[in-house]
Amino acid sequence: MFEFVNTLLIGITAGSIYSLMAIAIVLVWRSTRVVNFAAGGIALASTFVGATILETTGSFWIALPVAMLAGAALSAFIEYFFLRPLLHRSGERTQEIFLPIIATLGILGVMKALLHFIYGEKIGVISPPLSDKGFIVSGESIALSPLRLMILGIVLVLMIGLTLIFQRTNLGLSLRAASFAPEISRLSGIRVDLIRTLGWAISGAAGATAGILQTVNGSGSVTPEAFEFSLLLVFGFVAAVIGGIESLIGAVIGGLTLGIILAIILMYVGGSLVFFSAFLILILVLLLRPHGIIGVKGGRRA
Amino acid sequence: MLRIKNLVVDHGAIRALHGVSISIEKGQLAAVIGANGAGKTTLLRTLSGLNKASDGSATWGDLNILHSKPESLVRHGISHVSEGKSVIPELTVAENLDLGALWRRNRKEAAQSKREVVELFPRLGERLSQRADSLSGGERQMLAIGRSMMSKPQLLLLDEPSLGLAPLVIEQIFQSIRDLTTAMGLTVLLVEQNAMGALKIADIGIVLNLGSIAASGSAAALRDDPAVRAAYLGF
Repeated sequence: MFEFVNTLLIGITAGSIYSLMAIAIVLVWRSTRVVNFAAGGIALASTFVGATILETTGSFWIALPVAMLAGAALSAFIEYFFLRPLLHRSGERTQEIFLPIIATLGILGVMKALLHFIYGEKIGVISPPLSDKGFIVSGESIALSPLRLMILGIVLVLMIGLTLIFQRTNLGLSLRAASFAPEISRLSGIRVDLIRTLGWAISGAAGATAGILQTVNGSGSVTPEAFEFSLLLVFGFVAAVIGGIESLIGAVIGGLTLGIILAIILMYVGGSLVFFSAFLILILVLLLRPHGIIGVKGGRRA
Repeated sequence: MLRIKNLVVDHGAIRALHGVSISIEKGQLAAVIGANGAGKTTLLRTLSGLNKASDGSATWGDLNILHSKPESLVRHGISHVSEGKSVIPELTVAENLDLGALWRRNRKEAAQSKREVVELFPRLGERLSQRADSLSGGERQMLAIGRSMMSKPQLLLLDEPSLGLAPLVIEQIFQSIRDLTTAMGLTVLLVEQNAMGALKIADIGIVLNLGSIAASGSAAALRDDPAVRAAYLGF
């Protein structure tokens, strides 16, 4: 029982980080209908920015928001200079539908190469601001530490913030309207191109946070080839698909579900099957519930 | 006033409008009628900036409206309600309305516009917090027009508001359009397949056929024109 609760706690923490990555992917999908592989590169680059700021200032609480801003700026930059010209052309011929997806894969490769060029063999260090030692409950150490609580807290605050922005503000209304019906939105006076760039920016900030949290929750360091970031991108995608790719709430549910299932498999089955299981879940969801576990067939959620 | 001169629009290799010229005075309700594929929707989409013109000109007052984006034309008082109950089903009625006035800096005036729309269509007022996909066809059309009114337009481009509605509802919608035009001093370009209904409420009528103007004149005269009656009114 004790072991099971610990497994759940580990799963929820990891899953909350996958949720953030899934949100980054869902936001881009909703605003421009692009499957954004570059999200992994944006998270990675922002984490390096965070590591540099942490090295200079010594404060995690300065490094995190700066990394988020860097992620937002980088993501908006990629949308504005690479995706927007492509999207304005795509759709005229069938093969051009694939251009944006291939472009994001290419951008991911370029970003990794650039990071390698800039940082070389140097590693970025994000040392956890809080203790990773588990709290003691009835004499035993549980898998909930001040650090894990902080991770959950940051994710929760961001989720609440995003929900408020999307449901309560004019910006949120513009973001939702532009993703559901770009033409009606333009006729209503919404500057859809600008709103799309903002959607990418928010996605970049979410991805940057996921990258930083993934690093402090893991080894505490990051390299341009970090396997942890490939995992983060893949798990983020799987979580987004589980949640039906359209919905922010779906992304959160997808991330937590995936995190918990993978933690259980890691604990009771074996580490070598974790990656395999993630893909198995992805394929099962695509076969059985192509609109996600909370999705309605043909329906779209705000 | 709206002045359209020799407007030519191409869809790829196909010419949709062959040099169309139309003049509408301020405060007039003009009905554009014609069969499917006559170029009616293309005409509206070009005026609102959704389609590109190949040649010709179009001005609204002093404003050259060709080659502008729809989101900027809205800011100049030109509002287009596109074909087929153009509302966003996933948003609530209130959100659909608010969307039309998000660009307006003066929030007090925007709130005033909302009150006016709700007064005009009380059924929308009762359903403000419902999702738009819970509305009937007629209510959706009211919502689409209501959203357009939220931008305080002077020139209203309406594409087939009667599409898919029951005869009684069509009559209501047409009546609202007539009332709005008069009460708000709007200039309206109304595109319709329902030629009889449109010509009944319009001041002037324009018959489009295969991308060219086949006939035009006062709506009453067109209603009595034997050729128009035979071709478009069905008797």
